[in-house]
Amino acid sequence: MHAWNGFNTGRWTNDTDVRDFIQKNHSPYEGDSLFLAPASEKTNRLWLQCQDLLKEERKRGGVLAVDVKKPLQINSHPPGYIDRDSEKIVGLQTDAPLMRGINIYGGLRTTMKACKAYDYQISQDLIDFFAQHRPTHNDGVFAVYTPAMRLARKVGIITGLPDSYGRGRIIGDSRRIALYGINFLVEHKKKDLEQLTEEMTPATIQHREEIFKQIEALQATCEMAKSYGCDISRPASNAYEAVQWLYFGYLAAVKEQNGAAMSLGRVSTFLDIYLERDIEQGLLDEAGAQELIDQLVIKLRLVRHLRTPEYNELFAGDPNWVTESIGGMASDGRTLVSKTSFRFLNTLNTLGPSPEPNMTILWSHRLPRPFLAFCAHLSMATCALQYENDDLMREYYGDDYAIACCVSAMRSGKETQLFGARCNLAKLLLYAINGGRDEMSGEQVGVEMMVYQDEFLEYNEVMRRLEIQMKWLSELYVNTMNVIHFMHDRYAYESLQMALHDSQLHYYMAFGIAGLSVTADSLSAIKYGRVKPIKDASGLITSYETRGDFPFFGNDDDRVDQIAVELIKMFKTNLQKHQAYRQAQHTLSILTITSNVMYGKHTGDTPDGRKCGEALAPGANPLHGREKLGAIAGLNSLAKLPYSYARDGISLTFSIVPESLGKSDSERVDNLLSLLEGYFTQDAHHMNVNVLDPATLIKAMEQPEKYADLTIRVSGYAVHFTRLSRELQEEIIARTFYRKL
Amino acid sequence: MVGRIHSIDTFSTLDGPGIRTVIFMQGCGLRCKYCQNPDTWATRNDKTQELSILQLMQIIKRGIPYYGKQGGVTFSGGEPLLQADFISSVLQQCKHLNIHTAIDSSLYIDSSRLMKAIPFTDLVLADIKSIDQEVSLKLTGKSNQLNRDNLQILNDNHVKVWIRYVVLPGWTDRPTDIRDMAVFLRSLANVEKIELLSYHTLGKHKWNMLGLSYELEGIKPPSPEYLKELAEHIASLSGKLATF
Repeated sequence: MHAWNGFNTGRWTNDTDVRDFIQKNHSPYEGDSLFLAPASEKTNRLWLQCQDLLKEERKRGGVLAVDVKKPLQINSHPPGYIDRDSEKIVGLQTDAPLMRGINIYGGLRTTMKACKAYDYQISQDLIDFFAQHRPTHNDGVFAVYTPAMRLARKVGIITGLPDSYGRGRIIGDSRRIALYGINFLVEHKKKDLEQLTEEMTPATIQHREEIFKQIEALQATCEMAKSYGCDISRPASNAYEAVQWLYFGYLAAVKEQNGAAMSLGRVSTFLDIYLERDIEQGLLDEAGAQELIDQLVIKLRLVRHLRTPEYNELFAGDPNWVTESIGGMASDGRTLVSKTSFRFLNTLNTLGPSPEPNMTILWSHRLPRPFLAFCAHLSMATCALQYENDDLMREYYGDDYAIACCVSAMRSGKETQLFGARCNLAKLLLYAINGGRDEMSGEQVGVEMMVYQDEFLEYNEVMRRLEIQMKWLSELYVNTMNVIHFMHDRYAYESLQMALHDSQLHYYMAFGIAGLSVTADSLSAIKYGRVKPIKDASGLITSYETRGDFPFFGNDDDRVDQIAVELIKMFKTNLQKHQAYRQAQHTLSILTITSNVMYGKHTGDTPDGRKCGEALAPGANPLHGREKLGAIAGLNSLAKLPYSYARDGISLTFSIVPESLGKSDSERVDNLLSLLEGYFTQDAHHMNVNVLDPATLIKAMEQPEKYADLTIRVSGYAVHFTRLSRELQEEIIARTFYRKL
Repeated sequence: MVGRIHSIDTFSTLDGPGIRTVIFMQGCGLRCKYCQNPDTWATRNDKTQELSILQLMQIIKRGIPYYGKQGGVTFSGGEPLLQADFISSVLQQCKHLNIHTAIDSSLYIDSSRLMKAIPFTDLVLADIKSIDQEVSLKLTGKSNQLNRDNLQILNDNHVKVWIRYVVLPGWTDRPTDIRDMAVFLRSLANVEKIELLSYHTLGKHKWNMLGLSYELEGIKPPSPEYLKELAEHIASLSGKLATF
């Protein structure tokens, strides 16, 4: 076939197997960044116009415009352009840049609320239609939720559940469109459908319907591309087409779905094969190659969804988690770093810093040194990168996995996850002490027991009680998730994204914990200090007198670090006792996004001395200011948390002032890389790296427009700092920034 | 044997090469007017931790994955060589584990103490307070004779040295002193570089907290341009790398 001229053939030639294509054709690159080209004139022209639009968006309170007339669908809008002459890669979600569409399938009320927040209103016709004729995901869930589920949600022991918005964290493997074209994919899906003809169990019927929808979505995507003048029914035949075809796949996904995390996957080294082929044939030069990647990234930076204020509190800064996983090693020991890995990262230079796409470096101790040094330089210059341990994840996911959202790994096109936000572990501990009553509202939520009676809290007794409450919560949490995902599949199925997966899929069901460090510290206080519970007038324990010298998580002290380990194991073990929808495999994350602030607000005093309303730590971080022995002791505590029990990711946000990394630029690069190496060779999972002085953040609070591009990693993603609420900004400044003691 | 320790920082990049665990030892015989850690002066106070060699080694070993080829351990203070027996034992164990070792010392210390540590020390970060006797006496309370003797000993024993020199305007930047120091350093083959440290007032609040009176009120930290000029001058006279 003409499109595949010059490629080495293999299993990929007949079956959908992108990994095999990469393995047979990629060019590992071990050199430095000197080959890179600057942005082209066209790119500069286009990006300038986009920056004006972004400025205008900021001016209007974060939303430039909303199209409330037509609910967003793959083909709901005619083609949209920014500046046709300057655009190499085309395609917008609606017919105008940054104009947000509405996606009602997640929830009608949510959509109305989101519109209202920005002074828009959906037409009465649409409201009536959905209210009368088309239940949404949200309707489905609330029809089935039990009183216990509603209560758990209301008091905030479990929150952020995707029960009124798209669940996300599904990565459609858009590379398949570039490599095979839509026709090939449709043919294969049709074959899969033919296989599902025997016993018509509910599962088979559901599966058949889903594949049917997938085929429709593929065809719709083909139509959408045609409206832009592109024929993606056939494979891409050159680098431009490969980038454009792949982007159409992603674009169709973000039109069809408003999932919290709409991640891109692992595309750069795949695209590199096309770029290098064109370069070799003299059809493209380095400037042209960079231009294609720049223009793709511009489009990724413009992805928008309409959200409610409540949503923004949990997931602050308008993130989409357009996560692109870069680097890593192949199973045979060759690096998967390519020149296009550099080109992708180089967009932080050509276009300037930006939180999106969420660039994730798959770290291995065998990554080429010049690549690592390039990443370290960018981290220092932009605070835009996160690092995840490829040596650890490759064991579980092979060498063609990608990260969804922040830290969720999955084999590309072969695995997906059912996202489940997180529960508040600190609150659960308080339930253990208060016999299942909520310490804020006094309501009976958990398992009813006597409120703790003795004068001092005793470790074994508190743990016994915690285990009882944890059993209760685990069952409730799994059941709630089962309801949500059943209804999501039913009313807001991700047809296109799932079409870009194998039909026989492995599912993960991803649970989460917030407040790990506070809970471990509280138990440490109980075990090694002396904690006296104080009751209020109603007999509820609402505060504590904490004395003694007890260790805090984050100081490499096994006495408390092992408590944190135990909590993770305990919770994971309890969760997997309950069957998950679609026979999904239970996984667990220690990740908060920005909900640590909101969770803290709704959590009473804790035995470690934290006061009611104060923020929890982000992700698996030690609580602000509790690391007394410096960065390495902190990292060592984190590295003890077992990934095998928390395979949905263990997130650490690491912030350091530049001066503390060393004197010269080259010393800082070396030291940052040694830091990553020391952390990851101990099987730690994830690190967000911020190299900046909090003084800069304070200045940015004072003069936001001057610091509009200031990017900082918060918890598995990056944000424009100035777009956070004041409260969140203050929480970030209060976090530990390592500096010379 | 236990060490009296003021504090430990498991991550420093400014106290020797690479990533280092720095152990700040409690106790110092000098009373430098610009000292940023006057809380390390007393032999012991209520915050002093006492750690055994084994306990300290456990902390040091936890840094091994991060040290890489360059990093390691630095004893600072206070004056670490006041506890020469303790730190020498720890340094010896570090060398068994192939960990790079450094001492950050004023060298205003009895030479016999220095000799104990020398066999296990890869690098000494050595202060020169002032090359001038009088200035040294005024600035630190002590004559600088031991400092000069010890620098010579380190040179004779081929121990690598980085000189640290605090630039305190009006005190340590007299042209004749700068020249004399540079000439002296030219004669020491083991000195690899001279780090000029800018005087700063970040430790001032500790003086107030301890009820001490801070005598350098009103002295402004030197400008980067001035430091650069001094560094270039010292480099040209000493033939050594001078950084700031």
